[in-house]
Amino acid sequence: MDNGSLIPHLFRTEYRKIVSVLGKRFGFHQIEIAEDLTSDTFLAAAQTWAVKGVPENATAWLYHVARNKALNYLQRDHLFENKISPELKNSASGVDEIDLSPENIHDSQLQMMFAICHPSIPAEAQVGLALRILCGFGIDEIASAFQVSKETINKRLFRAKEKLREEKISIALPDPSDIDQRLSTVLTTIYLLFNEGYYSVSQNNTIRKDLCFEAMRLCLMLVENNSTNKPQVNALLAMMCFHASRFEARLNKQGELVLYDEQDTTLWDADLISKGGYFLHCAAAGNTLSKYHLEAGIAYWNTQKPDTKEKWENILQLYNQLLQIAYSPIAALNRTFALARANGIEVAIAEAEKLNLTDNHFYFTLLGELYKSSDKEKARKHFLSALSLAKSDPDRQAIRLKMEQV
Amino acid sequence: MEEFVLLFRLDIISKEAQPSPEQLQVYMKQYQDWVGGIAAQNKFIGGTALSKEGKVLKSNQMMTDGPFAEIKESIAGYIMIRAKDLDEAVSLAKDCPILNGEGNSVEVRKIMATHDKI
Repeated sequence: MDNGSLIPHLFRTEYRKIVSVLGKRFGFHQIEIAEDLTSDTFLAAAQTWAVKGVPENATAWLYHVARNKALNYLQRDHLFENKISPELKNSASGVDEIDLSPENIHDSQLQMMFAICHPSIPAEAQVGLALRILCGFGIDEIASAFQVSKETINKRLFRAKEKLREEKISIALPDPSDIDQRLSTVLTTIYLLFNEGYYSVSQNNTIRKDLCFEAMRLCLMLVENNSTNKPQVNALLAMMCFHASRFEARLNKQGELVLYDEQDTTLWDADLISKGGYFLHCAAAGNTLSKYHLEAGIAYWNTQKPDTKEKWENILQLYNQLLQIAYSPIAALNRTFALARANGIEVAIAEAEKLNLTDNHFYFTLLGELYKSSDKEKARKHFLSALSLAKSDPDRQAIRLKMEQV
Repeated sequence: MEEFVLLFRLDIISKEAQPSPEQLQVYMKQYQDWVGGIAAQNKFIGGTALSKEGKVLKSNQMMTDGPFAEIKESIAGYIMIRAKDLDEAVSLAKDCPILNGEGNSVEVRKIMATHDKI
């Protein structure tokens, strides 16, 4: 790896580790200090390595510098003595300890995950903070991913940290009695993060893939930890593996969208599909049935290309169940599509007309699909309605592709 | 939007009236497709099947094995849905597949709202 890409790669993977350890140490009360110290470390690295070259053990160099900067700060900050909170006073590590061992790095990230994915701040703020602190994304990258300005992201993160300070959220794993409930919030954030990457409005395909893989990495951390290794966590990870398996096939060489039916299945990642199968198997342990189980089941069937009645009947029944526990417009629309394949187009058209999701471009796309073999005029009209409602270029592109097939 | 209960009545006791495994699979698909259709309209609140066993307590400290009274009208289960009014609730209920079976019934009753739930 050349010097040019070493720093960005290291930044991403090591920033989040260092900032989690320092963040845990300083608490949300001084989270900006933790972030600044971490950023300073990387600034020092960029400046020093440009002159002296990259050291043999770059990671150890970073940890050494980060530790020194943090200790210097703690020693200089007289106020810190007065502000010491009871938890910090009683914590196992003394004032002079910055523990960057693999165990503490892992534990700090896990604890930071629960602290950030807290129900007291809005979901989009949780995702933003997760990207910043847990994933090491820059403000620019986050702004690009959400298609908003840097100022918006900065404000969002600032307000979120303020709220976490106000609520005195501690950076720790929840009690076993609370874990399921708090896990639910964490999983929602991971799910949103993945969705952002998978369906995102951003044109930057690299960022979109990164978002998905970051979501999977965070979920894997939960699976690998005993107290959080629950069926629903495995189910979510399975779902993400299945969806991510098609990444390479979704765009052609020109960077244009390729619809599912036209995708080159040799580009589907068989390894990810089998990993998904493994996690789905783990998720089946015990008696829990979460919406993630159902979504994972649906995602599994989507990795089976052959267009069989069995495939669509299974997908239909999974959507039937999913809608009963967790309604969403997109699930309703996808269910109707499966209904067409399983029970016939006329039945599906009748049910589609009842959905009445007229503010949603996917609704008109669905109607266009359903009418395209029986009434081309109607189909085209519906696709045009979809086009007028679509908000992003990838979405418009997909609609145009479908119109061409009419 | 109002809330309604749909009570499903059919014979869940008499051996002759019970469906074979193959028939049951067909009925289950029909039922799930019907409920799925309601859920797709975002009008499904919840619901459950009820066990065949139970007890019925009456005045005079009488107790019998349930389900209640007429065998053909045992309550097999219920669902709760959202609908604008009774007419809409009925129009959703009339597609319930148990109505294909003679003697079965779906009772539609509005849930009385005494307070706004917060």
